[in-house]
Amino acid sequence: MEYFLQQLINGITLGSIYGLIAIGYTMVYGIIGMINFAHGEIFMIGSFIALTTFVALALLGITFLPVVLLIMLIVAMGFTALWGWAVERVAYRPLRGSFRLAPLITAIGMSIFLQNFVQVTQGARVKPLPPQIQGGITLMQGEFVNVQLSYVQILIVVTTVVLMAGFTLLISRTSLGRAQRACEQDAKMASLLGVNVDRTISLTFVMGAGLASVAGLMFLLYYGVIDFYIGFLAGVKAFTAAVLGGIGSLPGAMLGGLAIGLIETFWSGYFSVEYKDVAAFSILAIVLIFMPSGLLGRPEVEKV
Amino acid sequence: MSAIDPTAVEARPEGAQLKNEELRETARGEPPFAPEPILESRLQRSLREAALTAAVVAGLTLFFFAFRTDIGIGGLDLILQWPLWFVWIAIAFAARFVLSYFVYVPGRKLSDIVKRDKTATSPGAATGARWLGRAVGVVMLLIAATFPFLIETLLPSQDRYLIDLAILILTYVMLGWGLNIVVGLAGLLDLGYVAFYAVGAYSFALLATNFDLGFWVCLPMAGLFAAGWGIVLGFPVLRLRGDYLAIVTLAFGEIIRVILINWGNITGGPNGVLGIPKPTLFGLDFGRGEGSFSDFFGIPYSSIHRFIFLYYIILLLALLTNFVTLRLRKLPIGRAWEALREDEIACRALGLNTTNVKLTAFATGAMFGGFAGSFFATRQGFISPESFTFIESAIILAIVVLGGLGSQLGVVFASVVMIGGIELLRHLTILQAVFGSDFDPTQYRMLIFGLAMVGIMVWKPRGLISSRSPSAIYKEKKVIGADLVAQGEGH
Amino acid sequence: MSQTPSNLAAGPAASAAALDRWHDDPVLSVEHLTMRFGGLTAIDDLSFSVGRGDITALIGPNGAGKTTVFNCVTGFYKPTEGRIALRRGRGIADETIRDLTASGAQHGRDANGEVFLLERMSDFRITATAGVARTFQNIRLFGGMTAFENLLVAQHNVLMRASGYTIGGLLGLPGYRRAREAARERAIYWLERTRLIERADDPAADLPYGAQRRLEIARAMCTGPALLCLDEPAAGLNPRESAELNDLLKYIRAEHDVSVLLIEHDMGVVMEISDHIIVLDYGKKISDGTAEQVRTDPRVIAAYLGVDDEEVDQVEEDLDHEEDEAAARSATGGAR
Repeated sequence: MEYFLQQLINGITLGSIYGLIAIGYTMVYGIIGMINFAHGEIFMIGSFIALTTFVALALLGITFLPVVLLIMLIVAMGFTALWGWAVERVAYRPLRGSFRLAPLITAIGMSIFLQNFVQVTQGARVKPLPPQIQGGITLMQGEFVNVQLSYVQILIVVTTVVLMAGFTLLISRTSLGRAQRACEQDAKMASLLGVNVDRTISLTFVMGAGLASVAGLMFLLYYGVIDFYIGFLAGVKAFTAAVLGGIGSLPGAMLGGLAIGLIETFWSGYFSVEYKDVAAFSILAIVLIFMPSGLLGRPEVEKV
Repeated sequence: MSAIDPTAVEARPEGAQLKNEELRETARGEPPFAPEPILESRLQRSLREAALTAAVVAGLTLFFFAFRTDIGIGGLDLILQWPLWFVWIAIAFAARFVLSYFVYVPGRKLSDIVKRDKTATSPGAATGARWLGRAVGVVMLLIAATFPFLIETLLPSQDRYLIDLAILILTYVMLGWGLNIVVGLAGLLDLGYVAFYAVGAYSFALLATNFDLGFWVCLPMAGLFAAGWGIVLGFPVLRLRGDYLAIVTLAFGEIIRVILINWGNITGGPNGVLGIPKPTLFGLDFGRGEGSFSDFFGIPYSSIHRFIFLYYIILLLALLTNFVTLRLRKLPIGRAWEALREDEIACRALGLNTTNVKLTAFATGAMFGGFAGSFFATRQGFISPESFTFIESAIILAIVVLGGLGSQLGVVFASVVMIGGIELLRHLTILQAVFGSDFDPTQYRMLIFGLAMVGIMVWKPRGLISSRSPSAIYKEKKVIGADLVAQGEGH
Repeated sequence: MSQTPSNLAAGPAASAAALDRWHDDPVLSVEHLTMRFGGLTAIDDLSFSVGRGDITALIGPNGAGKTTVFNCVTGFYKPTEGRIALRRGRGIADETIRDLTASGAQHGRDANGEVFLLERMSDFRITATAGVARTFQNIRLFGGMTAFENLLVAQHNVLMRASGYTIGGLLGLPGYRRAREAARERAIYWLERTRLIERADDPAADLPYGAQRRLEIARAMCTGPALLCLDEPAAGLNPRESAELNDLLKYIRAEHDVSVLLIEHDMGVVMEISDHIIVLDYGKKISDGTAEQVRTDPRVIAAYLGVDDEEVDQVEEDLDHEEDEAAARSATGGAR
């Protein structure tokens, strides 16, 4: 029981991270119908920026943790968002309206480029960050194991919830959100009605990148190590989450993220750690094959 | 045939769709409202744009050029590299300024300038291009057939390296041709092709090391195994379209790799399989001494013989792939693949069992992947899961797409450009003079590879060779423009 | 079994019953067909028959469910309820169909021919074995392939068998070569019939609209169908092309043993070539009979003119109680 609870807590934490990345996938897929393959790398870039910011702040003598975290968050979001914008501008916008495979290939190319860019500029070695937030609340004293809710986990889940709430408001209440939904339905019509489609799509990428950078920051705090390769796996799993939740649906992405996080931790906890990626990938395949519209997505009817 | 007005044929545009597109483009150029009067001079505009670009680049690279974290004593150190950062900002500024001032015209999109003139693909030119294509194909074939001897006579000092590089390129050509069946002909986007490459390599390696079988016996078996896996993995994904298909095949590729890593007692785990036998020529091996190739023919032993032999094996395998593909295209099965790419629903309405059509495409593509995998295993003598990562699938797919979907010659060009070009970088020691002696060009291979993928795709979204030639002709062979050819499901 | 439940047929059509092939010798009988999409009932308990060798038109206002009927007949949709029987052979006993329905099989035969229960078959098998070919409302050609190639794809199953499932074809066996020649001949025949032979080597997407429509019909014919289903074949054609289409359909019916079921909005085409017209509205059949019968049916007039509901009721009452022929006829002019 204690073990189960502990896995549940870990799973929710991991799921929050996946969910934040998944939102970027789902938004981009919703609006331009492509898998932004480089999104996982954007997440990785976010965590690198956060790490560098941390080290720079430490050099400057700023060590008061809440301030440090806040600055890391803001800097990472801002600069990663710029990366998100730039990727869209360089690799996707010139190919808008072109045939479908082209942006997928540029996305893969971008992904390769970004990975190697970070490898070259920051080195291939794993970057450790000593745990910044230590301790936690012991929820339950078991015979063998205690159920621990660490402060990092609380921070991650709370931040995710706050961001999600703000984000949902942004999408449902503002004119930007409306423009986004309009482009999702019919970009051509939206542009005829005066929506700046290019700008809306750019902003979608910016927002997705911003959220991914938060996920990157949390990943850094939670695991304490990052390298240039973390984007690929996290990206594929987050995409799985987006698909599981129903691509195009924001709550779905979050729900899918949680589901993937839970499945992965429980699988590792009860079966085998080695095959945890197989579990995630198999779920992706199974969901797509048997439930292509996901948990909360709209079913697609074949037009004859 | 005389009833046709020949001029009408000549004047015909590449397609109604294209015409539409052109109309739309012209319309886009003429907004219904009066364009804003240009208030700033060209210089001002260029400066402004250059400054903006420089600012963006500054923002992007601040955390990667200016700061670099490194593991130091007692945690992470920060290395500051301001000069590097400023250099790149300056480069960005200068490049954008030049572009804005000399190349870019307001109101015209940059991509339009980059794109070649559309009138260049008139039917006449296309027919000419086809003959050119055939001529180039023949010349390339001749070069390929005599390549080892050309090298021996022209560049004997570099022979080992160059032949090895040619083997590598040919392996990718073969993989590209194999994947071209799935992606180019049948229009099924497969991002996990490396799985079949791995199955081929591992089935050969395991058969050879456990049962002591030779290369030529194992080769067809490995191909069949891979084809079987093609069907096994193809079956569940039959209903998926486009991007979803891509992502599930990617997942399958990763699953196979994870299994290879963790199924230690069979596959050797992360260490892989060692001691895979080399191929023999009718029982002659390429070592020294009794019963070897050099012994039998009474020529002095040279290690290059094995390379040349391997070269011809892969050339043969690649040509076999090409031959079978070209042949299949003219058979009902190949035509069904292409029809599937064009319109799956219409296929079903014509009584085609699309399940079978898809599975045969998967299986055939996988089989050639399996052959290539066997060859890879025998060439290396050692395989491990590391060789079969997603990046390999991405490279093969990139070769197919960059070459032009469905184009056999395009795959060759793309392989030479991508694999050969990247490999050349290793030897650009001249760059060390520019960037300092600790500059290691190989580090930048994949970086440039990624950029090249983006660049070529933006430049030519349809790939280098994008026209399609019909598989059956009534009277006259006409090349079909790329704009008419569909790309497969979910477009 | 072949009794068509039509309130109309009981009336003036009774005298013409001897001429109604769709009663005596149906090639397709649709019984109690119902198709629901979620809460929406697109087709509601629809029954009709298509006579062998007839040109049968399915007409009705937009959204009446015509294309849905087509998709059910050709297997693209699985009907919620109902039976769709294709009879290849005259005088197949109703018991045969009844037994077949009970047995759960897709296909059966008796002394007079074969029966296929289309609602149980998958789409491609309906074309491949039952011999139903179709075209699409929004033309679905293989745009990047030539007209000639399009017609060869349509002969895939024959060629596939002849090529020994590719193996024989790869080896270039003579059996395959003969089949390939036959397929070429057939393709050329239909290209000539549809006046597309001059454009045989042009990509299908390059052809003008009317030619694409014709090519789609040619391609459907190349599958060797018993029943040809055409979804709005005259849509977007100019009057000359429409006239040509009429001739083509008449030719197909006369020279090839094919029955035609078509959806059409162009009443000129419908009235001229149809032997039998079925009118749908809101997924229900409102009229069924010859061109003359349908033309004078007040319900049809009401559906097409969009009169008020009360008026429809009124008209129906009129029909039931007193045959107000004169009123109906004067309204017919307006309907056309």
